[in-house]
Amino acid sequence: MAVWTADWIARPSRWIPLMGITLALGAAWIWMSAAPAAATTGGQIPSPREGFLAPDFTLELLGGGQVTLSDLRGKAVVINLWASWCPPCRAEMPAIQRVYESSSGRGLEVLAVNTTYQDSERAALEFTQELGLTFPVPLDRSGTVSRSYQLRALPSTFFVDRDGIIRKVIIGGPMSEVTIQTAVEEILEGGG
Amino acid sequence: MLPILQVGPLAIQLPGLLLLAGVWVGSSVIEKQARRLRLPVAALSNMVFIGLVAGLLGARLWYAARYLSVYMDNPLSLLSLNPTTLAPAEGMLSGLLVALIYGQRKGLPLWATLDALAPGLAAFAVAYGFANLASGDAFGAPSDLPWSIDLWGARRHPSQIYEILLAGVIFASIRELGRRSPFSFTGFLFLAWVALAAASRLFLEAFRGDSAIVLGTLRLAQLVSLGVLLGAMLAMHLRARSRESQPA
Repeated sequence: MAVWTADWIARPSRWIPLMGITLALGAAWIWMSAAPAAATTGGQIPSPREGFLAPDFTLELLGGGQVTLSDLRGKAVVINLWASWCPPCRAEMPAIQRVYESSSGRGLEVLAVNTTYQDSERAALEFTQELGLTFPVPLDRSGTVSRSYQLRALPSTFFVDRDGIIRKVIIGGPMSEVTIQTAVEEILEGGG
Repeated sequence: MLPILQVGPLAIQLPGLLLLAGVWVGSSVIEKQARRLRLPVAALSNMVFIGLVAGLLGARLWYAARYLSVYMDNPLSLLSLNPTTLAPAEGMLSGLLVALIYGQRKGLPLWATLDALAPGLAAFAVAYGFANLASGDAFGAPSDLPWSIDLWGARRHPSQIYEILLAGVIFASIRELGRRSPFSFTGFLFLAWVALAAASRLFLEAFRGDSAIVLGTLRLAQLVSLGVLLGAMLAMHLRARSRESQPA
């Protein structure tokens, strides 16, 4: 203690030159580490994360036809990965349906990707009919989309803005209608 | 990266758990330091707890205010456990404000209290680094070094590991300094932590891949950190001077 009271931190005059040195070194480091354009992602790299480009996919739909994510640029897209045997998926689907009904007129699309490789098409069909779902249900038969979205827990939901950039990721569920609606407001506002 | 820990049927969100561990370790070292500085430990612990609760509440209320009409239809969602429906910056601000008011009403001396908080904040910073490692947040810039890691579609600097290491060094130094307190002026320990934390961010931000850029190519976090670092040093100068002008 005696050492420290006598020590030089107590001398105000010591701090001023130290601040000068810090300012010079700090400014030099900031200059040296100034970001080249590639240092930040800028939504160019596809990866299942906020601020990144949503990994593209083309899948066949339940009931025929197919969908390609990148064809939906200009629309806000909710990508929800689910399985018929997953209780929280079942619990949140009606809320997603209600948000879809209220916001599809403003440019919202919902892709409820069924993880068919760990489910069955028949179970998926019964599920959608039972809950009266009207949005497209792409079928991930081989699991490639689940892999490219690094699926770890069901359900997982990705909110993609009109430029195809992921704005929010919600892992696990069930999400409340409010959670879905606020995230949807974000992606409807953001992007061109 | 391991955002979810599967324990049997339980899916535990690891980043949140790590932050909680940080709060727990942080509060215990705060109490230790408070005892050393002869502050009322109970009042200080309450202040930390109330600040945390107020922060959490504030974060949810500010988020709800942003989407008022949605929450008006469904007010019970205010109580949801979903961490994505929080406004972090506003939450932190309300927590700090409430803690400040509480501390003042309990007559806690400001600078000594901040000194007691310093080791806890330093411990929490280590846990925060681990939480980032688990979630993959605060990720590094693309790089091709032998120790680069594969993350978010590229090989990158393991910025979270750098963060953990440096935060660990800072925690060890602050704890060591804390043992030698009290110092010739109160506030030194806290200001030393602020300065070290700011210097660490100033240095490590260079390896981040998610920097906000201002003025063309400059990283915002570095400019802010340098400002905070200089501010902390200026505060030390002023604290030392005010002590000098007092008769000892």
